[in-house]
Amino acid sequence: MALNLIRKFVASSLLFMTAASASAETFVFTAIPDEDETKLVERFRGVADYLSEQLDVDVRYIPVKSYAAAVSAFRNNQVQLAWFGGLSGVQARRLVPGSEAIAQGVEDEAFQTYFIANTSTGIEPAQEFAELEDQLRGKTFTFGSKGSTSGRLMPEFHIRETFNEAPEDFFARVGFSGNHTRTLRLVEAGTYEVGALNFQVWEKELENGNIDTNAVQVIWETPAYPDYQWTIRGDVNERFGDGFKARVKEALLALDDKELLESFPRSGFIPASNDDYEPIRKTAEEIGILD
Amino acid sequence: MHSYPTVRASLIFVAVAVVGLLFADIAITASNPWRDLGNFFLGVVTPNFFSSEGLLTALLRTVAFAFVGVALGSFFGFLLALVYRLLPVRIFCAFIRAIHELFWALIFLQFFGFHPLTGVLAIAIPYSGIFAKVYSEILEEADPEPRRLLPPGTGMVAAFLYTRIPDCWEQLRTYTAYRLECGLRSSAILGFVGLPTLGFYLEASFSQGFYSDAGAMLILFYVLIATIPLWVRPKLLPVYILAAPFFLGEGLPIVWGNVERFFTEDIIPAPLRSGEGLAGMVPWLGDLMVNEALPGIWNTVLLTQIALVATGILALLAFPLISNHFGGPVRRTSGHVFLVIARSTPEYILAYILLQLWGPSMLPAVVALALHNGGIIGHLIGRQTNTLRLRPDAPTGFNRYTWELVPRVYRSFLAFLFYRWEIIMRETAILGILGIYTLGFYVDSAIQNIRFDRAMVLILITALLNIGVDALGRYIRRKLALQTMPTC
Repeated sequence: MALNLIRKFVASSLLFMTAASASAETFVFTAIPDEDETKLVERFRGVADYLSEQLDVDVRYIPVKSYAAAVSAFRNNQVQLAWFGGLSGVQARRLVPGSEAIAQGVEDEAFQTYFIANTSTGIEPAQEFAELEDQLRGKTFTFGSKGSTSGRLMPEFHIRETFNEAPEDFFARVGFSGNHTRTLRLVEAGTYEVGALNFQVWEKELENGNIDTNAVQVIWETPAYPDYQWTIRGDVNERFGDGFKARVKEALLALDDKELLESFPRSGFIPASNDDYEPIRKTAEEIGILD
Repeated sequence: MHSYPTVRASLIFVAVAVVGLLFADIAITASNPWRDLGNFFLGVVTPNFFSSEGLLTALLRTVAFAFVGVALGSFFGFLLALVYRLLPVRIFCAFIRAIHELFWALIFLQFFGFHPLTGVLAIAIPYSGIFAKVYSEILEEADPEPRRLLPPGTGMVAAFLYTRIPDCWEQLRTYTAYRLECGLRSSAILGFVGLPTLGFYLEASFSQGFYSDAGAMLILFYVLIATIPLWVRPKLLPVYILAAPFFLGEGLPIVWGNVERFFTEDIIPAPLRSGEGLAGMVPWLGDLMVNEALPGIWNTVLLTQIALVATGILALLAFPLISNHFGGPVRRTSGHVFLVIARSTPEYILAYILLQLWGPSMLPAVVALALHNGGIIGHLIGRQTNTLRLRPDAPTGFNRYTWELVPRVYRSFLAFLFYRWEIIMRETAILGILGIYTLGFYVDSAIQNIRFDRAMVLILITALLNIGVDALGRYIRRKLALQTMPTC
């Protein structure tokens, strides 16, 4: 009886170890956690089902807790494909030679950051960022995630360029909310007076009636820059068969499920290349996020 | 009265904390913190246990990680305890326990990724260091008499097993069981960095304002901890320990090349990696020290000192709640419930909740640290007062508190407090991940920017700071001749 039990344990522990090699056949992808988790899981499970159908392999999405975790998982080859932001994509491709940006959203060619303010501050929307200097100085301010392009990199760049000061010197208090939805909620609630977020998140929440426009409004829109993209590792063909990368790209570009696209929210995906993100790399180097 | 060394020490610490308050960033920045707090409590009383299909799995994983981590920690800790008198072993143990579980997890995540090993090692490594220290203290205190009665020629192992172990068995057992409870807390918070335990779902629900879901998870967690005596039985332990590894989940496969890369490239300081050599190290280190390490150390020390005194005050205020020198059974029962909740909730989770509700400043961190640690010390002191027998005509009420009880328990109160000093600092550093500008903030920033070389230097500094405070705490305890008993 005891022997039987031991035998079972040994058998299942062997199974446990081989589970790792079996799942090597699964194509795994992740995404930066830029929005509410429930939404992300819903969205990317849909994408996983779609890709699985199109590519004829098991496709699995794993949620991560930070932008860096997404980059690390990609670098460590635990995921082979990722939906990155501009900055995280640049970081990831720099760490994984041969990896490629293959597709971006239609909207990502000309992405924007919105600066938003709680209405109790009395700050009025402006065309030029410089006009807001006096009103913004000494307020409390929140970025999104530390590794975000639209929530950190671009707003920090514009703050430094326009006001010639580091954000923590210009504002009374600087925080990192974690993601765009939370930035919106924190500024809406007045926990921070001013914040900066991904314009698509703002537009979608506005459309869905989830924003109390009496409490929070957009005060400035940045010029356009390239953002989100799908990035794939260079070695996927060796693992999943010749032409796999091209098939993934094709599948992403052909994605036309309205509901799925709406969840991103993007109107469709178009081809992208590593060079498209040069401006992001330069900006990141300029403000010292990249070496 | 001022000439009592214990009083003088206390006053110095209070003075430091008061001066610290002048420099600290203490504020409630949320515009409507009480409404949010109200919503949160509403969520707790209207829990939704069916929010996520993953909830029960997460609970199972939380338990599994705790069992495997604590079992390994206790095993290796015991081995280390046997050679603890060797200085290198002591230094090694002090070092591994000075690094918080979450920091270990963040390190392992970089090369093991989302593999169960990450979570297991994150618990097992620091716990080995703690077990080694406490086990060796317990073993040392064993009565030497039985040993002397053995006939000459008795083997070392036999002597150890038959004379030392029986004498300290009860203490070893109690302490290990206690660490299991700590392990459950550690395991739960590992979810905050992405492991599949309770913290993963708690963070998700909380950040989205799903307070009923978050409330349900907290309640399940309290129930899990409160029922430990019911489901952790000596006879069942082997079953749990053997079964636990099978419930860790499979995660993602380890790629061993990543491990090599981490140690040979990632953590090598950038100037050395790029071939600038030692000349490049000076500005690199200088920049790191001035812009990150020093502000981090300053804030960590500041917050630690304020939180330490706040913990002390709260413990002194809280212990009468469960002392049977005061009040009736209703008051004591609610006192017990309050203290159990305060000490069962990990500081990290408390701080996270309060930060969400009050906005970012040091205040949520101070309150969280004081509630958790004050809850633990208040509980221990309260229990101690129950063993005190006062004269039948002893004063009652406030006078009994100030003139009879506090003076009697004050020394052990201080002992506990100084014992927890290092633990509070460890936690203070880690709370930086939540956005308070302590060392953890800069560690997290370095990791977010994929600069592991910087992260490692900052983690090393954090560890050294902890070792320093630990030594200082021990020095003060010895100076004041305070007896200590190990606590979590």
